[in-house]
Order: sequence, then structure tokens, then C-alpha cells
Amino acid sequence: MTVAALLANPSELTDTASSKCAVVLMTRIRLARNLAGAAFPGWCREAQRDEVLARCREALGATAAMRRSVNVPVAELTDLQKQILVERHLISRELSGSKHGGGLVINRDQTVSVMINEEDHLRVQVLRAGFQLKKAWNQIDTLDSELEERLDYAFDPGLGYLTACPTNLGTGMRASAMMHLPALVISGQMEKVVRAVNQLGMVVRGLFGEGSDASGSIFQISNQTTLGESEDAILKRLGSVLQSIIEHELNAREKLIEADAPKLFDKIGRAYGILQNCHQLSSSEAMNLLSLLRLGIDLGLFPEPIRAVTDRLLIEAQPGHIQAAARHDLDSVQRDALRADKIRNEFAAVARPDFTLHTKE
Amino acid sequence: MASPLQCDLCGKPATVHLTQIVNSKMHKVDLCEACAQAKGVTDPGGFSLADLLVKASLAPEAAAAGSSGECPGCGFSPGDFKKHGRFGCPQCYRTFAGMVAPMLENMHKGVRHAGKVPVKALERRSLIERVAGLEAGLADAVKAERYEEAARLRDELAEARRAAANPVPAIPPAGAARR
Repeated sequence: MTVAALLANPSELTDTASSKCAVVLMTRIRLARNLAGAAFPGWCREAQRDEVLARCREALGATAAMRRSVNVPVAELTDLQKQILVERHLISRELSGSKHGGGLVINRDQTVSVMINEEDHLRVQVLRAGFQLKKAWNQIDTLDSELEERLDYAFDPGLGYLTACPTNLGTGMRASAMMHLPALVISGQMEKVVRAVNQLGMVVRGLFGEGSDASGSIFQISNQTTLGESEDAILKRLGSVLQSIIEHELNAREKLIEADAPKLFDKIGRAYGILQNCHQLSSSEAMNLLSLLRLGIDLGLFPEPIRAVTDRLLIEAQPGHIQAAARHDLDSVQRDALRADKIRNEFAAVARPDFTLHTKE
Repeated sequence: MASPLQCDLCGKPATVHLTQIVNSKMHKVDLCEACAQAKGVTDPGGFSLADLLVKASLAPEAAAAGSSGECPGCGFSPGDFKKHGRFGCPQCYRTFAGMVAPMLENMHKGVRHAGKVPVKALERRSLIERVAGLEAGLADAVKAERYEEAARLRDELAEARRAAANPVPAIPPAGAARR
């Protein structure tokens, strides 16, 4: 399969049937693995990096899950293709800028992606729409066990899987949920949540990981520690933290409606108005408006089928995706115009929000 | 008067003092203005103390406690770790064990692995080691003309070789590391 074909193919994120859990957009688990006897990618000679790349690509190509996948060196991708993969959370910015020996293997529905020679020899990731820790773990555990039959992992009985950075030792597992928390943001409670979550040994980050901003009120919450606990225990702990954040968000929504429904409905109504009529739209404004629309869907102001469109646009309104839809290079003003056209068309037929549900009583 | 606290990252006088409780353990970090800015500490949502602790725990005395030499596997030195915050190769964890141990206590929930084990890979490795051991034993026995023992070892070796029939070849050594 070619990268071009992959990108044209419907993906887990851009083509979800409406996700079961309104607050959790997607769940991801990644495992860091290294091959015994080779230096870590950041300290490795080019020849050895090539050897690691070849072995990993071969081993992955032989697994049931990745047999008919895209399986290429990073060097073969165009900058735009890499940007799109980053926007879909399939590769990291680090890998997309990698020098020599980087590789990636991604399956057709884009639930599994493996980065080769990023910070570690292997970064295996499973991504599922919605709140799916268990399902994601089962899928990645199976693939990892199959890989281990073909590759000699660097492993120490005391320290677990050996990784380039000691923060990933042990399980090498980072599990995360992408959460949509508009009510906690609007009511100014996010800072409190971040502090509480930190105390429980979990980390809160923006949409694209460390240092990225949280536009669209979308946050990534993941486990901080990887050593001293089993995968199961980490996932349980994370699961219960996520559950309580969901409850807080839902409570905050109720309170917002109780305290000042007109103010909240005004935000959502305006977002709808702009999305339907805009002619210039930057990607961060699009994020914020789509986020408000999504909140409106959760509150029953818009019909449920609009959710799939909104979730898809959260990905497709990003710069790389907009550029890919054009035939020639765009500057940012042209991109904003094209983004506005696309979104205006997608929402042209969406009926006005129905506020009556919340106003009678 | 006590000397002012120094920045854990660069050694300049520290003006930002952070305390964070993670997993009911208290962690303290002292930073200068510039490092605090650079690490995003001033932004309450965006930084993780664990990442800082990797480097901060590497105070000079901690580095001295470990081996001061280079990793025989890849030529990595403690100074390289301080610079990159990453190790050079899996063997570094053995080479610099004295440096790693105190770091882990601050960083993780425990210091011993409690999760998944690569069963197949470990079985393979122990079989390979067993074959090597038997080969050495067989050679010794033959040399010392202990033929009964040699016959027994030969049979065991044949069996072990059969079991290890599908070994994953080792990665060829690439000489000293770059940089």
C-alpha cells in the first residue's frame, strides 16, 4: 500500500461512526521497544540505524496485523504527507524531521502505526476513536507479542523494557485519552483539574503533546510513570482518573446551563452562525468553533449525526489537510479561504440549533 | 550566610523554586529565570516535572557516584547523559547502574519492573546461553578425556541446538558510537 492510497483511505479518526463517549475523542496506547545489541537511535551510527530499520520493517511486515500496510522509510515521504500524518496523530513531529534511518509502518484503517528509529528503535501505537483503553491494550499487546517472536527486545528483569530515556523504563507504555473539556475551560476549572491530575501521577498536555496549546478545549491525559506497576494497574488507574474527569466535565456543563444558559447558548449559536457563513477561517478559530458545536451536539441542540462531520473536520481543518485538498501551493490567506469554503459547505444543510429542549421547565 | 540555591540545570543562582507532589512523593526543583522560561514551568498546564527531574537528579555528585568511564557497549559517558537526557544503548543501564538507581526513585512509582515480560525472547536468549555453556563443557570433558560425561553433554547439546534452531541473529557490532 502506498502513502497516497493510505491518506485517501477512510481512517479511524476521520471516519468514525459517532463515538460512544462524548467527552473522550480518542484513546491511544504506545509501547517503546528497543533491539538488544544496538545503540539507541539518537546515539547510533548510520549503518546500524539502517540495519535496525531493515529488521524492524521485515518483522512488522510478517505480522498478521501489519502484513498489507504502508511500510516505508520516512525519507520517501513528501513534507506534506508527513504533516498530514502528524495531524492524524500517526507519527510524531520528531520522526517527521528525522534524519537518517527513520521508518513508519501504518495499517490501512490507521489504528496501528509504528515509528522506527524515533527516540527508540520501535514506537508502536494503537489509536481508537472513543474511550477504549481495554480494546487498545488488547490490540497492541497481541502485536507486541507477535513482534517479540521475531525481534530480540532489550529487556532487563529488574528494569523491564530498556528505553533511551529512563522515564519510559519498565512497561515502556504511555496510554492517553484525548478529551474534549469545553465546560471545564469555560468555567475556569482547568487549572485545578491539571493540578489534581498531576498529583495522581498523570500528565495533562495540549492536542499535540508537550508544549502544544489546547485550542478547541482538547487535552491529552496520560500516565506519567511506567516502572513499578503492571500495564493493567496503570490502565486501571488512568481509567478511573479519566472517568472522574468525564464526570467533572458533565457536572460543569449542567452548572453552566443552570447558572447562565443564555451565555452558553450565545457562544454555541454564534459558533454555528460563523461556521455556516464564514469566508476566512484560521485553523485555531476553526478548532474553537467546532469545539463549541460539538458541545452543542452533546447538549442535544443539534442532531447526533452532525457529530461525525464535526469530529472529521477537527482533523481535516488542519493546515496540511487543507493544503492536500488544493491542487497548487497555498499561502495562509488562501488556506483560510479554502478552509472556510469547505466548512461552510459541510454545514450548509445543518438545521438551526434547537434551544427549546433546555428552555421549557 | 548560606550560599544561594543554584539552578539544577545550569548552576546559575536559582530564583524559581518548585514543589510538586506526584504519587504522594514530594519533588523539589530549583531553577534560574532563563531555565524556568525555557522549560515552560511558568505555564501551569504545559510542563512535566518528571522530564526536569531526569536532568536535575544528575547533580555532579550523583554522576560521580556512578561510573566515570564510558559504556563499553557504545562509548557513552555520564557527561553525554547530562547533555542529552537519554542513554546511548541498552547496556548503558548496566554500566551506569549507580547513576540510574537514585534517579528512578524520583521518577517512577516503583523501581522494579512489574509488567509484561518478553517470554519468547528470554527463552531464546537462555537457550543460546545454554548451548554456549554446553559447548564449553563438552570441550573441557573431551580435553580431560572424561568420555562418559562428554557423551552425555553431546546429547544434551544436540537437544538444546534443536530447541534453539530458529535463533534471531545478533545485530552486527557497529564499532564505537558517533559524536
